[in-house]
Amino acid sequence: MSVKDRMSGNEAVAYAIRQIDPDVMPAFPITPSTEIPQMVSNYIANGMMNTEFIPVESEHSSMSATIGAEAAGARSLTATSSCGLALMWEELLVAASNRMPCVLALVNRTLSGPININCDHSDSMGARDTGWIQIYAENNQEAYDNMIQAFPIAEDKRVHLPVMICQDGFITSHAVQNIELNEDSEVKEFVGEYEPEEFLLNKGNPVAFGPYAVSNYSMEAKKAQEKAMEDSKEVIISTARKYKERFGRGFELFEEYRTNDADYIMIIMGSAAGTAKQAVDDLRKKGIKAGVLKLRVFRPFPSEEIANALKNCKCVAVMDRTESYNGNGGPLSSEVRAALFEYKIYPEVVCYTYGLSGRDFTVENVYEIFDELSGVSEGNIDIKQHRYINLRTKEEA
Amino acid sequence: MAGYNLKEVMNKPERLSPGHRMCAGCGATIGVRAVLRALHEGDEAVIGNATGCLEVSSYMYPYTAWEDSYIHNAFENAGATLSGVETAYKALKKRGKLKDDTNYKFITFGGDGGTYDIGFQSLSGAMERGHDMVYVCYDNGAYMNTGIQRSSATPQFADTTTTPVGSVSNGKLQPRKDLASIIAEHNVPYVAQTTFTRDFKDIHVKSEKAIYTEGACFLNILAPCPRGWRYETAEIMKICQLAIDTCYWPLFEVENGNWRLTYEPKKKLPIEDFLKEQGRFKHLFKPGNEELIVQFQNEVDRRWEDLLYRCNR
Repeated sequence: MSVKDRMSGNEAVAYAIRQIDPDVMPAFPITPSTEIPQMVSNYIANGMMNTEFIPVESEHSSMSATIGAEAAGARSLTATSSCGLALMWEELLVAASNRMPCVLALVNRTLSGPININCDHSDSMGARDTGWIQIYAENNQEAYDNMIQAFPIAEDKRVHLPVMICQDGFITSHAVQNIELNEDSEVKEFVGEYEPEEFLLNKGNPVAFGPYAVSNYSMEAKKAQEKAMEDSKEVIISTARKYKERFGRGFELFEEYRTNDADYIMIIMGSAAGTAKQAVDDLRKKGIKAGVLKLRVFRPFPSEEIANALKNCKCVAVMDRTESYNGNGGPLSSEVRAALFEYKIYPEVVCYTYGLSGRDFTVENVYEIFDELSGVSEGNIDIKQHRYINLRTKEEA
Repeated sequence: MAGYNLKEVMNKPERLSPGHRMCAGCGATIGVRAVLRALHEGDEAVIGNATGCLEVSSYMYPYTAWEDSYIHNAFENAGATLSGVETAYKALKKRGKLKDDTNYKFITFGGDGGTYDIGFQSLSGAMERGHDMVYVCYDNGAYMNTGIQRSSATPQFADTTTTPVGSVSNGKLQPRKDLASIIAEHNVPYVAQTTFTRDFKDIHVKSEKAIYTEGACFLNILAPCPRGWRYETAEIMKICQLAIDTCYWPLFEVENGNWRLTYEPKKKLPIEDFLKEQGRFKHLFKPGNEELIVQFQNEVDRRWEDLLYRCNR
């Protein structure tokens, strides 16, 4: 039986953490994810969960302690945003390369500078090549559902990799929405007991973590890690199916919204997908064949699946909520174009940068983009491949 | 300590096995073995290690020299990493997930780079939170692993590769940071400064106290590095004795806020005796540099007086 409630995204994630009741949670506050460790601390203070909370002195230490706890054999997680994730960057790599199945609840916020507390994806996108699985949420419900799937994915023997559960700062972390919550006992059963094979506190079987490895060994370790990332795709899909069977809400690597017959498809991640879907509904009424591909899993990147999903459309808008400073668009654009090239599928592609540092992204912006896509595909306009949306002009400044 | 028997202690099984790749005569491994000999038989340990000589030379895949469970994470986070391990122990014990008879101790080793400098925040955090662990600094007074660069533990006027002696330079400008005192000011239950004495009693007793005192404890061990200090490898015991007899490295402990000298030289020797044994101070003995030795001596004296005052002497 599910329970209907109203919650912010941070509340939903904290609620999921209470239900999972992990062994250890080290954390350091940073806007907009601060509420998560606060709420967990409150649950603990009121005897509603058994987790040991470590109020560390920085995010570098929160991930370091998470790794220490996980290596010791404890199910462990932390939460952070923005500069906090940047500070723990070194440790993200250590967690993944030591094959720690720990979890990070990320509330996406832009990276400095200028210092700004609002949403974009520059934090998690900056960490996209650290070896973490990355799963993004459109709304509070998805943030909650993804959180509950995180440990079963991470701890699967074929995977043994850390998982980052991402949601958009303020837009979902602080906005209150209707939500369906699972029963505590059902969540416990779904997540199961953590049974590590090798861990520091395994009496009689001491183990060493974090070796120095010379070139003769190091490359194979990295390849094994890459293989685990490839294999995780199947585990992410099967975990989502099991989740649907039990709780009724289903997920894939990405969601295809009205894309079947679409001439124009927008690829987008996170909360802005909701805006894009609304605009697509409006455009469909006018007979414009628009669709949205909402990417849920960015790591591992579902190249083949995305290329296939785009094979019948004329023109694609790839939406990046971060800048790569490479002169050609953001990371999602690079990945999507590489996937299309790999599978020899060649629609027109326009890359857009939107919503940096919390800049609004509206249905009107989506109309404009689809209008441009139709112009491009009919050869009426020739636009730059890399464009900014909703940027103020000099006159407006 | 009553009942200390050097022969008995030295005959305990080694928990850092031979075959590691540390230099012959290295002070760090002597220190590690001395600390681990203080573990009681039958007690388990998890060893932490900051990046440094000790780490890269003792756990080179696929071989480890450590008999106990061991974790190296990175350079600046040995304190935080062991915080996580120790908390996991508490959490798993509480949930009945560990064998009941398991008694674990948590000991982490870091050089002065990983402890005084880059790992200082992580260490301070772990001490303030009071995790039941011992942080052991093997202080060789420079970043030896990367090739003898100065640290905040480097003594004044030492010739290092980032404070080289030159035509207009006399080595490091600043005297060393007093880390043991700084950690003592965290009001942790036990802090001690030690080194290698002839009978190894001082380091043994302090290690045992640190390991078996509940809460966060800190040991600072002067661990000479023959390469960085430039002395003959066999001279290590002489160098350590001079360090304590000149009061450059006083032996003391702070137990629940009570400062206590654990060794007072019968005759305090001039600092030259310690300096002249080491190539890194060679320039101090050139004509015209007498004033530098006076400066060094004044700083040693000032700190010694300060310590005596703290110890109610």
